[in-house]
Amino acid sequence: MSEYETHEYDVVVIGAGGAGLRAAIEAAREGAKTAIICKSLLGKAHTVMAEGGAAAALGNADDRDGWKTHFKDTMKGGKYLNNWRMAQIHAKESADRVRELEQWGAVFDRTPKGLINQRNFGGHTYPRLAHVGDSTGLEIIRTLQEKGIHSGVDVFMEYTVTHLLQDDDTTCTGCVAYNRVDGAMHAYSAKSVILATGGITRCWSICSGSWEYTGDGHALALNAGAELIDMEFVQFHPTGMVWPPSVRGILVTEGVRGEGGVLKNSEGERFMFDNVPDMFKGDHAETEEEATEWVRQVVAGEIASVRRPPELLTRDVVAKAINKEVAEGRGSTHGGAYLDIANQRSAEEIIAKLPSMHHQFKELAGVDITKEPMEVGPTAHYVMGGVRVDAETQESTISGLYAAGEVASGLHGANRLGGNSLSDLIVFGKRAGEYAAKRTVGMAQPTIDAVTVEAAIAENLEPLSRENGENPGKVYDELRDMMQAKVGIIRTDADLKTAITDLDDFRQRVTSTSPGPSMVYNSGWHQALDLKNMVDISHACTLAALTRTESRGGHTRDDFPVPDTGMWSHTTNVISKDGDSITIRQEELEQPPEELEQLLDRSKKEA
Amino acid sequence: MTEIKMKVFRGEEGEGELVDYELELDEGMVLLDTIHRIQHEQDADLSCRWNCKAGKCGSCSAEINGKPRLMCMTRMSDVIEETPEDEVITVRPLKAFPHVKDLVSDVSWNYEMAKAVVPIKGPEEPDWEFTQFEASRAQEFRMCIECFICQDTCHVLREYRKFDEFGGPRTMVRLANFEMHPMDQEDRIPEVKNEFGISYCNITKCCTDVCPAGINITDNAIIPLKERVVDRYYDPIKRIWRTLTRQNVRY
Repeated sequence: MSEYETHEYDVVVIGAGGAGLRAAIEAAREGAKTAIICKSLLGKAHTVMAEGGAAAALGNADDRDGWKTHFKDTMKGGKYLNNWRMAQIHAKESADRVRELEQWGAVFDRTPKGLINQRNFGGHTYPRLAHVGDSTGLEIIRTLQEKGIHSGVDVFMEYTVTHLLQDDDTTCTGCVAYNRVDGAMHAYSAKSVILATGGITRCWSICSGSWEYTGDGHALALNAGAELIDMEFVQFHPTGMVWPPSVRGILVTEGVRGEGGVLKNSEGERFMFDNVPDMFKGDHAETEEEATEWVRQVVAGEIASVRRPPELLTRDVVAKAINKEVAEGRGSTHGGAYLDIANQRSAEEIIAKLPSMHHQFKELAGVDITKEPMEVGPTAHYVMGGVRVDAETQESTISGLYAAGEVASGLHGANRLGGNSLSDLIVFGKRAGEYAAKRTVGMAQPTIDAVTVEAAIAENLEPLSRENGENPGKVYDELRDMMQAKVGIIRTDADLKTAITDLDDFRQRVTSTSPGPSMVYNSGWHQALDLKNMVDISHACTLAALTRTESRGGHTRDDFPVPDTGMWSHTTNVISKDGDSITIRQEELEQPPEELEQLLDRSKKEA
Repeated sequence: MTEIKMKVFRGEEGEGELVDYELELDEGMVLLDTIHRIQHEQDADLSCRWNCKAGKCGSCSAEINGKPRLMCMTRMSDVIEETPEDEVITVRPLKAFPHVKDLVSDVSWNYEMAKAVVPIKGPEEPDWEFTQFEASRAQEFRMCIECFICQDTCHVLREYRKFDEFGGPRTMVRLANFEMHPMDQEDRIPEVKNEFGISYCNITKCCTDVCPAGINITDNAIIPLKERVVDRYYDPIKRIWRTLTRQNVRY
């Protein structure tokens, strides 16, 4: 019999980024005994890296803004594959969630009138992102962290959850985790479990994600029998660093373009003017003069009367345009595009508005962005797909299992707008915490089944006794290179099919890696366990990408280069597990009711 | 491609030694890349913390050639340049805190300190109004990434081990953040003096020198807090005035 410690909670939240912390705060406020289990130290989760801001129609910087415009922008950016109800809730509630953060200590940049300032971002009609320079994520995570530790929430730092516990009718009843520091095993009985584990982008070798982004929550849900949707939609952020190689993929905030930065190719052309898809025709400036005038007005604090620069098109559009410039031989020295703000704004303004970008390029690339252009290129940044949830409650298709933030799906459709992630976390984190807690009222504490827990523990300990296998780091690197090459920004039927075969091979290799026998902070052991999730989730993504024979948002097929106006324009890919195998089916997408449909402008062709 | 040698501390709970590694270096590598390369090519069980790899999360603090800094923001070209030719680059865990394994220290004390600070308390009504000028003062302190390099450097903690009496520079930055927040109504001055022991700081500015977020810890956080403590406790005229005007102030 293996040794483990047991814990009993009303609500267990897995993950301590923005969504997890917000969920835990709300669950505790509802009176639930709440715990957070997180892989890293508190305050280090991926939310900390968010730069640009949180989108909320406060109307402080432009009073023409309101929830209806935010809803419309979100649906359009998502190419109309969004869950309309989530998009509506998000647009309506994000402003209150941002105001609440301010009362919990967040100090956002101010307007001249002393209110929360808002900046422009791709796909948002009006300046909408509440921000703190270019480190908004740090501000939000620190604020929620400080609120959370004073809300009576227990925090299990540096613990990884490996299994969900379920009763006979599949209702979620808790989870099994190991302490990364000493290797000790823990079983949690919980009346509700909230997944807030973030994303999957470590599955690609060029990515902006931290080591934690191995798709744990996606895999936990899948293995528990929950459904995943939209897994083919992966956002390749257009501007990651490209040089030097060791920093390739690190995010360069969209805020650079929001503050007036322009994209140029090796011939000095602002190529975004030639890359406006039909659905956005007429929305953006058509001459450099108009674009420059927009920047001038925005910098002067005036209400913009001309159209915004095409650099502020949605991320999928800009990423594909950069990719095309490079492919056609007009890339920058190291295979990207030039992003130039030095010629648009003064050095003082750049340092005030984009301090961490200035620091990052100076320290890591030896580039002074107040004097010279940055080299940027696409980097795997965000997964739109994830656990299928109820729009109101965030409950998954498994009773008692909730999901919020990047691990959940629906809000963003085929492509997420910048700034809609931080707001997603606080809007749906709150809802998940609230409904997960309400569900526990009057409920008996679930019993922990020792046999199930011991089987899970045995599986967790198994890699420690392997000998002479591959270094898990080697398998990890090769898996990521494969996904980058075959399931990257531009996909083909042939590549995706070989990726599926490759993944079968990786699945085998993962079972025989040798991380060494130590249980004390053994990074190799942790990686050996994370790899199982990475293979499953890479498989789910590849399968969905293979099935969708069109190009839309964060899914681009070289062999089907345009959006389908037929079936795929209103169809969702649904992934679940049938025994050990990952299966896919298609489902008709629910359309918005008439009063919301009227807010959309679908007349223009989709892209 | 360059071949380099470096020594990394390996061991558990303080017991251990510097272990030699040889590896290839690519252009632009930072120190954290070399640790990852050792993990992936030589020793899978080498322990280190990291997350963002961009200087934003403060996870990967270590002592490189004896100086605490972020491994992700330390370029190998700079480390090679600073290391004398007859010496080898060394990487050790933060020394001020209990050792766990390899490059990982137990920093949980800092989280206890965070919990001991009374959080912000402002007006109940939303849409607070204050200027960017007022915001900027608190925002400087909010740039802290909690790498705990300042704590590791502060001799009151590192050498004199005053963990029970002194909160350290990170805690002072947190206190300053709340105390200088334009809308905060809480009073933490007695705690600044007593529980967090601000008088232990003799303003040597070591913390400011090492802060990777560039926070002017000593001048902008600690000294103004010291001044508030002096005003409250050691200015007899102000004290008499407060008594005469019946101001309800805690001591």
